[in-house]
Amino acid sequence: MAKPRVKAPSKVKKGQVFEVKCLISHQMESGQRKDRKTGENIPRLIINRFVATYNGAEVFAADWHPAISANPYMAFFMKAEESGELELTWIDDKGEKISAKKTITVG
Amino acid sequence: MTQMRNSGAFTRRRLMTMAGAVALAGFTGMKPAHADQQMVDEAMMKMIGDRKPGDGSMIKLDLPEIAENGNTVPMKFEIDSPMTAADYVKSVHVFADGNPSPEVATFHFTPASGKAAASTRMRLAKTQNIVAVAEMSDGKVYMAKKEVKVTIGGCGG
Repeated sequence: MAKPRVKAPSKVKKGQVFEVKCLISHQMESGQRKDRKTGENIPRLIINRFVATYNGAEVFAADWHPAISANPYMAFFMKAEESGELELTWIDDKGEKISAKKTITVG
Repeated sequence: MTQMRNSGAFTRRRLMTMAGAVALAGFTGMKPAHADQQMVDEAMMKMIGDRKPGDGSMIKLDLPEIAENGNTVPMKFEIDSPMTAADYVKSVHVFADGNPSPEVATFHFTPASGKAAASTRMRLAKTQNIVAVAEMSDGKVYMAKKEVKVTIGGCGG
């Protein structure tokens, strides 16, 4: 899995609802495609879970199925009462994890 | 001789019905390449049990009317909810009734989400209905549906 891209404000007001947008490079192999040469099914390999935590507490999560496009994009909302760290984690079918962190200052 | 001709005619008619029956058996015995209502119902049952979803007019489902490329169809939704600890949208399940498997995604919210809205991009194999089922913190479920016309299906090779 490649390095994810995250867009979130670095400074917000207390309790303000803001948007977090993220993108990660991934084939999201659906398991429906066939290899053109061998005619065999290409095994499924997708990111099936996305979790967003703020200071360790879950704020948003998603379960993805093969119907999610390659290089999955996810945008969601959250609010923060105090400064802290937003951590985003993508988990694939093999259990492989990739995380991205972003510090958010409440002022 | 007469008898033979008669039996010949009989056979031809029988052959036609048999061919029909074989074709029918062939269709029903095959795993459908695309989901049908039953598969959507089963998938929904897995997520929300036997709760009957109410009218989801408060679910704003934002989808293109016509998607040129089925490989990446933008999907966005927003649900009117106070998003407080006492009353918030717990999760939203999205289904597509014309894809090889009907599940698209489930989104989980918390009061810290502030807003029950999300957007992503999905694959659609053909023109079909997108169903969004919202599960509230009090256990109530609501459903909204919208059709997307797909010009080029996104189901891979």
